[in-house]
This record gives sequence, structure tokens and C-alpha cells, in this order.
Amino acid sequence: MIGLGQFLEVLIGGLMSGVLYSLVALGFVLIFKASGVFNFAQGAMVLLAGLALVRSLDLLVAWGLPLWVAIILGIGFAAVIMAITAWLIERFVIGPLVNQDALTLFMSTIGVTFILEGAAQMIFGSDAYPLRLFPMDAWFLFEDLFPGGILLNKLDVWGGFIAGILVAGLAIFFERTKTGRALRAVADDHLAAQSVGIPISWIWFVVWLAAGLVALVAATVWGTKLGVQFSITFLALKALPVLIIGGLTSIPGAIVGGFIVGAGEKIAEVFLGSYIGGGIEYWFAYVLALVVLLVRPQGLFGERIIERI
Amino acid sequence: MLYREAGQFKTTYAEDMAIFPIRQDRIALGILLGIAFVGVPLLATFHIWPFNSEYLLWAILLPFLILALAAIGVNILVGYCGQISLGSGAFMAIGAYSAYKLGTGVHIPLAWFGFAISIPPLPVLPSILLGGLMAAIAGILFGIPSLRIKGLYLAVATLAAQFFFDWVFLRVPWFTNYAPSGSVNAPRLDFFGLAVNTPIERYLLCLIFITVFAVLAKNLVRGNLGRQWMAIRDMDIAAELIGIRPLYAKLTAFAVSSFIIGVAGALWAFVYLGSWEPLAFSIDRSLQLLFMVIIGGLGSIMGSFVGAAFILILPIMLNLIPTQLGVPLSTETITHLEFIIFGSLICYLLIKEPHGFARLISIGKEKLRLWPFPY
Repeated sequence: MIGLGQFLEVLIGGLMSGVLYSLVALGFVLIFKASGVFNFAQGAMVLLAGLALVRSLDLLVAWGLPLWVAIILGIGFAAVIMAITAWLIERFVIGPLVNQDALTLFMSTIGVTFILEGAAQMIFGSDAYPLRLFPMDAWFLFEDLFPGGILLNKLDVWGGFIAGILVAGLAIFFERTKTGRALRAVADDHLAAQSVGIPISWIWFVVWLAAGLVALVAATVWGTKLGVQFSITFLALKALPVLIIGGLTSIPGAIVGGFIVGAGEKIAEVFLGSYIGGGIEYWFAYVLALVVLLVRPQGLFGERIIERI
Repeated sequence: MLYREAGQFKTTYAEDMAIFPIRQDRIALGILLGIAFVGVPLLATFHIWPFNSEYLLWAILLPFLILALAAIGVNILVGYCGQISLGSGAFMAIGAYSAYKLGTGVHIPLAWFGFAISIPPLPVLPSILLGGLMAAIAGILFGIPSLRIKGLYLAVATLAAQFFFDWVFLRVPWFTNYAPSGSVNAPRLDFFGLAVNTPIERYLLCLIFITVFAVLAKNLVRGNLGRQWMAIRDMDIAAELIGIRPLYAKLTAFAVSSFIIGVAGALWAFVYLGSWEPLAFSIDRSLQLLFMVIIGGLGSIMGSFVGAAFILILPIMLNLIPTQLGVPLSTETITHLEFIIFGSLICYLLIKEPHGFARLISIGKEKLRLWPFPY
């Protein structure tokens, strides 16, 4: 018999891992909002950021620098790498493809995915590298209420905390700064934005840079959890159903979608998986997204799609 | 000079509507078919260059034919009807596993109702075609969301099909006839008493399949149904207003496309792989097929062939060049370089010619028509 304690534990664990999906999904939303590009390369960007961070960290620590200096320098180095990547992508791929239809742009980001995956592994190595930025042990809550208490990973709490800061920061950036306003203008209408003097290629660079930095944040959390390795790119695919459920254009939607997917798939795995053969985590999120699409095609928080002739 | 249609007068409606209205095109196609059906098998039989080993036939031509068939299927859905699908690999898998189950005998014990459904093992040809039919049914089911959603949302919905069927064929032992390793072996390839074993026979078999399906597909997209698909692709609301039923048009596109993809999947498993596991039909395969269609040209049957050839041959070339040049590179570096070059070429092609090779070919034809004058 499954007790309330175990249910709560699964639920909390699911919600927390959902936050990690949201971190990847946020990068998608940023780019989709500002340029209408469905960025398949987000997972590869997480890999690139993670590899740059962990390799530079290893090197700096080997030089004998104190850990906190190494961490700051390492994060700085990874951020510079992401900035260069953003500039290259804007300059050579997305810029020349301006005004093409969504499918072409989507395919081009798959091409970018191949390039980033190959380059990242060629430059930084292709093994699995452990990353230790956050505590890995766990708390046990409510031990007097439930036998054994509820297990809560400190890393997951850190992940939630960071995601919260990130969303607040992005919200302020989008709502309060001049660049943020320009971003929203570009998202609304490229041509109109350009004609009032907003430099589009600069705005797109900023967007890709922001997505790259979000990828870097996601990489620190995921890298601590799983180690920085190639399989991290598959996370990008898990972020797609998160996006669909939350709505492609909504930042809070990405967070809520992450919660729903994370909690849903963990609960389904524990309570349904044993009946139909385990491993439903593999597809549960996608089928959930399919169901949401049938009921609400624009997702929970997305803008309503209105079409005219 | 040679490629000129002056003097070729069309005197009947049928002549005007022919698939290849220009005589030179017909001649070129005839030569191509002659080479494919007679030349290649002859050369391969007598081991004349470039067929001195079985490599070219086995590792390039056979997968090319089967994947080109699958690409035609994807093109019908993506290129003609405008519904993006990332689940083509799953439909290939459905075709392959259904054909396998039908070829080895189906037994469904329905304990609740007190009886069991048993179908004796079918011959290879019906099981391949019925495998395609199963894929078509699954395609219709997963096509239903397309009535409400479109574009990239639909792409994610089809991802659901991809991951769901990956899991089904991996975890449900019934589909693999309870094989302990999860990999299954194709039944003996026997067509009306003719055994198909050697690479040449396999090549001819696939060639017959793809010729038949390419002609069928070409005629389908020229006809009423194809025009409905294209109207839906170009603007679905407008198409609805002029009396095209979106339900019928979209679901037929899903059905026809999945049928062809399913048949290709069955051929891929039976004829090319021989023994396979679910990994053979993963998301990578879906992306590969989508690339073929986009690089080849959306909405072009011939483009599917060119795209398939390009996507298939490019990695092989990239692999060969460093070894030919004698550059000492580790296999790991070569793999990563391959990734980078492949990705760059995709981006380059998309920037230079977003409409794919099919457009390049038609531009080339225009130029040939005027040659040697520039206009």
C-alpha cells in the first residue's frame, strides 16, 4: 500500500525535477518570443555551456587557484563562449535566413545543433565530467509525521531557487529595461520594429545571448545532477512538451509546464508504471502534451492563436 | 541546344497533361530506368567497376532506394500537405514490426472474452503491404490532432508518436515474439516462390517497389486529392472556404504518407537490416527523413530522391576523405568533424536555396532551354 508520505515524496521530487525542465524550456521561450524561431539547439547549447564551464574549472583548479576564484572565472569563460556562439549564430545562420518560413528556420537550428554538438565535443572533450557546484545530500522532512520522513534533495531546492531568480530577472528585463521593450517590439512585428529604428540584428544577438546564459544556468544544475555529458542534449527534447503545455510564448507557462510534466511523469511512473511495464517516463510527457493540445491548442498560458485570411 | 521543346506540339489533352510533357525528359528517364533495371544488375553480376565489390550495391544503393521511398512518404505529408511530422521513424517501425508479426503469425489471446484471434503466418508480400496498412491506421490516429493544431505544435504532437512507439516496441515483448534480446530476425524473403537473397535480387526488389510507389505518388499528387492537399498547405482557411474538407484532406495525407513510410520501414527491416531492434527507428531516423525532404525540395517527388542521395552519401564521403588523404585523425575527431561539416552544409544549403535541390534542378532546366544564350 502506498502511503501519503510516499505520495508526497514522489510529488515533491517530481515538482523539483520539473523545475529543471523549465530551465531548459525558458531558453526556448526567450528565442521563440523574440524571433519566432523554434530553437532545437537549446539542448546543444546546454551541453556547450556545461562543457566549457566544467573543463575550464578543472584547468583553473589544477593551476592552484582557490575554488571560488576558479568558479567565477569558469562561469565568466563559459559566458564569453556563449556570447561568441550567439554572435556566430546570429551573424551566419539566423540573420541570412530572415523572413524565411518557420519550418526552414527550425531546420536550420537542427543544423546548428549538429555544429554545436560536434564543436563542443571536439574542443572540450567528449567524456562525462562531474560538476560539483551544489550540495548533493538530502534533507528528511516531517520524520515525526511519516515513517522515514520525506526525502528532499538539496540540489533540487537549489534548482528551484535559481529558477525563481531567473524568472524574476527575465521578467524585470522584459518589462522594465529599454532593451526588453525593444525585444517585445521585435517579437510583435519585425518590420514595424525595424522601421522605428530598433536594430534587429543586435536584438537577436541579445536574445540568443540570453538563451545561452539560461543554458549556462541550466547546465550548472543539470551538470551537478547528472554530470556534464552528451546525453544532456536529450533534455532539450523533454523541454518541448513542457513548452507545449505551458504555451510557447509564456515565461510563467514554462515554469508551470515544468511542474506539471515533472510531477505528472514521476507520479505516473510510480503509480501506473508497475501495471504496464515501467519506463513510461520516456513518453508520458509527450502524450500529456498531446492531450493538452487537443483541449487547448495554445497551451495553458499561450496567447490565443487567431487566424485571418 | 539539345534540351529544347520547340516543335513538340501537344494535340490532345492527355498529351498536355502527361507526367513528362517534354520528349527529352522522357528519354532521360528511360535511360535512367534502363541503367537502374538492366545496367546495374549486369555490371554487378560480372563485377565490373564500380561494382567489383558488393559495397556500392549493399551499403549505398539499397539504403538509398528504401530511404528515398520513405522520403516520398514524408514529402506527401510535409511537402504537399504542409503538416510537419517528426514521427516518421515511428511509422517506419510500425510498418516493420507489423509486417514481422504478420509474417510470423499473429496470436492474440483474448482471455476476457474466452477466445483468441489467430492469423497464420502470411507470405512476405502481403505482410509488407499490410504492415504499411497498419502504419496508415496509426498515422490516421496520430493525424487527428492536426485538425486543431498546426505547424510546430503539430511537430511536437508527432514526437509523442515517436517516443510512444519507441517504448512500445522496446517494452512490450509480444511484438518481438518474446525474443530475449529484443532484436528480431526477418522471415525468409520469398516472393511467389522466388527467394530473394543476393544483394542484386534485393536491389531489384526495392527498385520495383520504389518505381511503383513513385509513379503512384506522382499521379496522386497531380490529381484531385493532391490538389486538395496543396490547397490545405497553402492556406487552410481559404481551402475550407472553397469547399475542401480539412478532415478528409489532412487524414488522407496522413494515411497515404504513413502507408508509404510503413512499407519503406518493412523493407528497411526485412530487406536491408535482416535483424533489427527498435533503435533502428529512433528520432534520428525521423530527423534524417525530414532533412532529406527539405534539402531535396518540399513538394517534389524527384526532390525526395535527390535529398535521400545527398543525406545518405554525404556522411560516407566525409568519412572517406580523411582516410583517402591520409590525414592522421582519431575516429572520435572524425565523428565530431562529420557533425560540424554536416551541420554547416545543412545551414549553408538552407540559406542559399531554401527550396532545395528540386528548385536548383528546375533553374538548371530553364538555363538549358536557353543555352547558349543567357536569356
